[in-house]
Amino acid sequence: MEHHHVHQANELSNELLLALPFVLAVLIYLLLGLVSNQRHKRWPIYRYMYWVSGVFSAAAALIGPVADLAHENFTAHMIGHLFLGMLAPLLLAHAAPMTLLMRTLSVGHARKLSRILKSFPVSIFCHPLVASILNIGGLWVLYTTDLYAAMHQYNLLHTIIHLHVFLAGYLYTISIIYIDPLPHRYSFIFRAIVLILSLAAHGILSKYIYAYPPAGVPIEQAQVGGMIMYYGGDMIEIILIFLFCRQWYKAARPRTSVSLSH
Amino acid sequence: MSKVLDERLNYLGRNLLSGCLLGIGFVAFVDEAVFHQLLHWHHFYDKSTPDIGLVSDGIFHAFSWFSTVAGLFLVPDLRRRNAWWPKRWFGGFLLGGGGFNLYDGTVQHKIMRIHQIRYNVEIAPYDWVWNILAVLILVVGFIIIFRTSRESKTMDGTV
Repeated sequence: MEHHHVHQANELSNELLLALPFVLAVLIYLLLGLVSNQRHKRWPIYRYMYWVSGVFSAAAALIGPVADLAHENFTAHMIGHLFLGMLAPLLLAHAAPMTLLMRTLSVGHARKLSRILKSFPVSIFCHPLVASILNIGGLWVLYTTDLYAAMHQYNLLHTIIHLHVFLAGYLYTISIIYIDPLPHRYSFIFRAIVLILSLAAHGILSKYIYAYPPAGVPIEQAQVGGMIMYYGGDMIEIILIFLFCRQWYKAARPRTSVSLSH
Repeated sequence: MSKVLDERLNYLGRNLLSGCLLGIGFVAFVDEAVFHQLLHWHHFYDKSTPDIGLVSDGIFHAFSWFSTVAGLFLVPDLRRRNAWWPKRWFGGFLLGGGGFNLYDGTVQHKIMRIHQIRYNVEIAPYDWVWNILAVLILVVGFIIIFRTSRESKTMDGTV
């Protein structure tokens, strides 16, 4: 019993420690907004709301009840991953953090940052195909090898994998829909093909998990988890597709009507 | 009026594409909503599915999700160009819907064995109804498209 109590106290301090990066993320964003408001027009409220809800949905996957349950329960794990790898990146991308950072920095520093963003390593990671392979390919590796079982044995591995799921999800999102400035922009048709193929790979993996559970996962949990990945993924994917098509609709506005309205 | 007709002639393909995409999306949606969720006839996964079946199902699922939204966005796009031709668009809708239904009923259900229309029943009548219906929709779609193509040619000639 005493051991259990100590364990709980440890867990509480652990949770607080884990919450720190998320609190910092919110504070830094708020600070950047306030500082840059001095020199530019007011940073819109809805951007803050996107940021805070994005940070919350990432945090929900890593701390709190869902995260605790995810250690033993594959279904909970999958819900957490939907939040961490799909919903959080979509919300955070809409907060346009890079635009905010750029306008906060001095002209000199902003130029340096934009040079870094244009550099080869960064632009290769923002290529839709590379980002998709990192994102969905990473999930294939996680769920079809022994990595999933190993993740629960080593804390460091657990952290790295979750960081990867989040970062790859974010890269993927910003490589498909353009909100922040990007070094290189690809055509709608190319991004549409990559989008469809990556969503297909995601759907195939969900049914694969349903049929062949990862090592150590009971079949019932794998089935529910696979269906959550499939249908939950669908829900977020349709938002992504909608935003993508809306960007096309705006960009493809007929030129004649533009000149008429001026 | 003749100007409106002109614009339609410039977007014959896009009318077809928009209808076709939405037709595929609509049939896939009905398949999911009615046969998977409401009737529970279709199964999420059938043990006899080979890997290629999973791949085909995944690609069509993703494509139908995308094509629903893209097909819908193309309608206001055609309208802002004064180029929407509902009749031709509907021909495309039937072509896409019937075509996907036929693919689903033959290749995906029978050859790849993703899942059957219904389980624990004599399956043949279901398959026949499903596929004959698909062919009928497809044929009507083709007829409408053929007729609008002919209309567009005569319009082109008179303009």
